[in-house]
Amino acid sequence: QINSIRIQSRKETTTDAISAPRDDEESAVVIFSVSSCCMCHAVKRLFCGLGVNPTVHELDQDPRGKEMERALIRLLGASPAVPVVFIGGKLVGAMDRVMASHINGTLVPLLKEAGALWL
Amino acid sequence: MSSTTVHVTTSGTIGLYEPHKKISMWRDPSSSIMASPGDASSSLQAEAVNENKFEYEYASHQVIGPTISGEDAIRLSEKMQRRLAQNREAARRSRLRKKVYVQQLETSRLKLAQLEQELQRVKQQGLCAGPSLHANVGFAGNLSAGVAAFEMEYGLWVDEQNRRNVELRNALQANVSNVELQILVEGGLNHYYQLFRIKADAARTDVFYLMSGMWRSSVERFFLWIGGFRPSELLNILMPQLEPLTPQQQENISKLKQSAQQAEEALSRGVDKLQQTLAQFMFTEGLGIEMYGIQMASALEKLNAIEGFVNQADHLRELTLQLVSQLLTPHQAARGLLALGEYFHRLRALSSLWAARPRDQG
Repeated sequence: QINSIRIQSRKETTTDAISAPRDDEESAVVIFSVSSCCMCHAVKRLFCGLGVNPTVHELDQDPRGKEMERALIRLLGASPAVPVVFIGGKLVGAMDRVMASHINGTLVPLLKEAGALWL
Repeated sequence: MSSTTVHVTTSGTIGLYEPHKKISMWRDPSSSIMASPGDASSSLQAEAVNENKFEYEYASHQVIGPTISGEDAIRLSEKMQRRLAQNREAARRSRLRKKVYVQQLETSRLKLAQLEQELQRVKQQGLCAGPSLHANVGFAGNLSAGVAAFEMEYGLWVDEQNRRNVELRNALQANVSNVELQILVEGGLNHYYQLFRIKADAARTDVFYLMSGMWRSSVERFFLWIGGFRPSELLNILMPQLEPLTPQQQENISKLKQSAQQAEEALSRGVDKLQQTLAQFMFTEGLGIEMYGIQMASALEKLNAIEGFVNQADHLRELTLQLVSQLLTPHQAARGLLALGEYFHRLRALSSLWAARPRDQG
């Protein structure tokens, strides 16, 4: 079972259930979402608005969705499990944390550092 | 003739501790007890054991002999009369107290009736003001109680806000120290954060009421964005009031405004998506009556998400206030807070004027 999320490299996040594709650019920003979740839609729109192309895992469309959901809840200690954002392999958090980091100006540098944003 | 009619006996059971009863015997002109001291003395002697000073005095006169002198009798009668008067007075005060108490009860009863009427009226308003999609009357009743409570709390919040504004204005005019200004600024910010907490409670009770902005004045409602003010708009209002700003400050505030706008955009799109999804839930083709219940249950689930958006919007407001205050000097922050308070105050005043404006007849 999944007990922790092992971060192997800045460009890759690997667990038994949660894994990111190898493509460097795409795996810089990973969003765990549910297709019908509107808050997830909002977070996706935020990143798209910034010019980022995130990798999105829709838990309701992934065969390992249930496992991932449980892992996320364990990680964040809260329900709902989505949306959750990882940047450059590091956990940023749910909508709250994403908003806070954007407003306090730390999100964009983080994105640039992860190679998800240029300019 | 005494006002109290008392059945008096000369047995030892007459209690001189009930002197008014005994006294009535004395005061009764038809009785000839005064004329027959012998009768009095025998009963009085039986009461000699009573601690009553009056009785001791009384009794002492009898120890000497069976007769009481006229003088003594008059003195005793005077004492009794005094005692009588005191008791009358006590009784009168007691009746007065009772009267006051009853009056208070009556007032409370009226007040209770008024409050019940008011509650009924609020319930009625709660049913009419909102959209017609109330689940059932009972539930709406509960919501209205929460709504009434929120309105009251908000009213108090506004009063406190106005008070703080006056305090800020005075402090700025008096040129108080930066430390003092900082304290006022912290207090003012915390007061806004308190509003967000109150709103969070209200969102749990009735998120649609919160979103409708019915708890705010009409002009404020015109500017409503997800249940409150738009953070980027707030920065637009504040910036001219904060002059002079250093170039660094200007740059930082511009960045903050841009971030706020982007966050607002994201949340707005999220709410749009929610509306879309909800609308789709209402019309799905080819479903039988069995699916209707499931459909409605899913729709209910969707509605829960609205609270999340209101919370995020308030969170964004709080973040914006926090961040902008960190970018400013105490003096600037104080001016900013005052400007903000003044802005909303004027919106409210404008709403009142608007409501009171003369309308064209015909």
